[in-house]
Amino acid sequence: MHSKTKKIRLMEVCGTHTMAIARSGIRKLLPPEIELISGPGCPVCVTSQEDIDRAIEIARRKDVIMTTFGDMMRVPGNETSFEELKARGADIRVVYSSLDALEAAESNPDKKVVFMGVGFETTSPAIAATVLEAKKRKLKNFFILSNFKVLFPALEVIARSKKVAIDGFICPGHVSVITGTAPYKNFVRKFRKPCVITGFDDRDIVKGIKMLVEQVKNRDPRVEIEYKRVVTEKGNVLARKKCGKVFSVRDSVWRGLGKIKKSGLRLKKEFKSFDGEAHFRVKLPKVKKDKGCICGEVLMGSRSPLECRLFGKVCSPARPVGPCMVSTEGTCAAYYKYR
Amino acid sequence: MMAQKIITMSHGNGGRLMHELIDVLRVKFSNRILNEMADAAELDIKGNRLAFTTDSYVVKPLFFPGGDIGKLAVFGTVNDIAVKGAKPLYISLAFIIEEGLDFLTFERIAKSIQEASRKAGVFVVTGDIKVVERGSADKIFINTAGIGVIEYKGRISSRARKEDAIVINGSIGEHGLAILNARENLGFESSIKSDCRNLNLEVKRCLSKSRKIHVMRDLTRGGLATSLCEIAKSSSLGIEIDEESIPVRKSVQKACDILGFDPLYIANEGKFVCFVSAGDAEKVRRAMSPRARIIGRVTSQHKGKVYLKTRIASSRILPMLESDLLPRIC
Repeated sequence: MHSKTKKIRLMEVCGTHTMAIARSGIRKLLPPEIELISGPGCPVCVTSQEDIDRAIEIARRKDVIMTTFGDMMRVPGNETSFEELKARGADIRVVYSSLDALEAAESNPDKKVVFMGVGFETTSPAIAATVLEAKKRKLKNFFILSNFKVLFPALEVIARSKKVAIDGFICPGHVSVITGTAPYKNFVRKFRKPCVITGFDDRDIVKGIKMLVEQVKNRDPRVEIEYKRVVTEKGNVLARKKCGKVFSVRDSVWRGLGKIKKSGLRLKKEFKSFDGEAHFRVKLPKVKKDKGCICGEVLMGSRSPLECRLFGKVCSPARPVGPCMVSTEGTCAAYYKYR
Repeated sequence: MMAQKIITMSHGNGGRLMHELIDVLRVKFSNRILNEMADAAELDIKGNRLAFTTDSYVVKPLFFPGGDIGKLAVFGTVNDIAVKGAKPLYISLAFIIEEGLDFLTFERIAKSIQEASRKAGVFVVTGDIKVVERGSADKIFINTAGIGVIEYKGRISSRARKEDAIVINGSIGEHGLAILNARENLGFESSIKSDCRNLNLEVKRCLSKSRKIHVMRDLTRGGLATSLCEIAKSSSLGIEIDEESIPVRKSVQKACDILGFDPLYIANEGKFVCFVSAGDAEKVRRAMSPRARIIGRVTSQHKGKVYLKTRIASSRILPMLESDLLPRIC
């Protein structure tokens, strides 16, 4: 593309992009001066150890049915994982939609059904709809662990970091379907970093990279949409409205990035009766000292999975040490699977 | 970590952890035939070459688009024998039934077994029934054994040869997705049906076209990728496949994109690959179903590994299945 040796560092924010890039082998085709850094866009991975341990403690209770997305099953907590707990007799169920959890609550009135909620702007509207439905059905035994996160405050942390020094962002198509371009415009105004909202097909991604490189070269940071067939400037207003009705923002701890202001969602007062965190006041086990896992730095983009001494040795998808190796969208899993 | 090691669902999904269980057994029973680690054992009894296999079926739900547990049990057993280059003849069936199962359901499964065995041309010659308390099994499990006679004049083993072409008999990923869709009510197009069918007739046609077929494998758990990895390893040769040549239905690809699955790793119940001398590849392909394709070749480079040429002309290694999120698909 161009011969000047200055490196252009682009971050693919979203875990789905990380996987697609690894799967199609795009990295190998890029000229050496373009570097792709994987970002924090894997919801399972950025969930804090404390939030995982809390869910595990709740799942241990005899009166609880824990429901969760499949990716969460094998994430290692401090002592055990959902999968292992289930093999020992806990009632933990994989669901494909939070509405399935709602159905479980209805058909098991003698149990407390808890939904371990993780996800970004793409997931939270559906959960908001589920909570509204639960309220309508007057369910007393349905709870949400709200570990939902908002992407932009985390992006700001990364944009500010000198250590990571990103030149442009490959922005997530799915999140943008909901948010539209307004939050990106703020972001670009503030940090003067190019943003291209990109689809998930390999050709989309290549095109997105090309658009970013041009912006970087021309020193013309803007928000561009590559994924025009799906993403609109306005986004999904209705979904955002639903979300706003049910959730309010709160500070949230991200694995690797630490506590970020206004980067999480909690249930509003009117929906307090569904708040699992408030209902089950669990004492969290003392966290054992870390095992050398660098998931945190991988999520921040400051180190690559290949720099982790556990990678591929102690830590593999079959025996994961950190969440980035578990989730199908995790950076370590992508690097491992598509070496 | 918790005190005692226990078996979790991940130990049963055909991935790496399952090998921990297999290793326990292999060490204890080690013998020449078992050590081949084939889906069907090849026996030589007084000059007669036989293929012998066993399998258990625990699929959930019992009935799904394109098949049911009975059909699956018969065809699964028949296919394991067929890909050894053998003609399947007899099978056994053992049922473990949970109390409370609807009698009609049992009859429906029996009828399906009858139709399937007729179609595949095998006889059910012995069997067993056990009933257990509620909660000790889930509705019904079926264990089978099967035996067939090897008539092929060439030799089918687990070792491919350099320059072999790799032929697949149709599109991949349908069975696993059909089960998931039925079980979880995901609401994907009903066009995703299990490909559950007997392969023995198609295999027979292939065998009649070439004496230079070296490896055949039915692509069940772990999908195409895992089977290719196993063959690359057991052959100590490299495999190169071309992503664009691998047949995948649009509906399957779409569902995979949404769920984050890779069709290369999804189970099939009516697909097999054939490693054959390149000169005979086209003949063999034409003996298969219309969607059959030549998808790659065997090389002496990167031994023991499978390389995939991606659509955008990059390449990557295909690893073995590590862990599967879909339990109880067969």
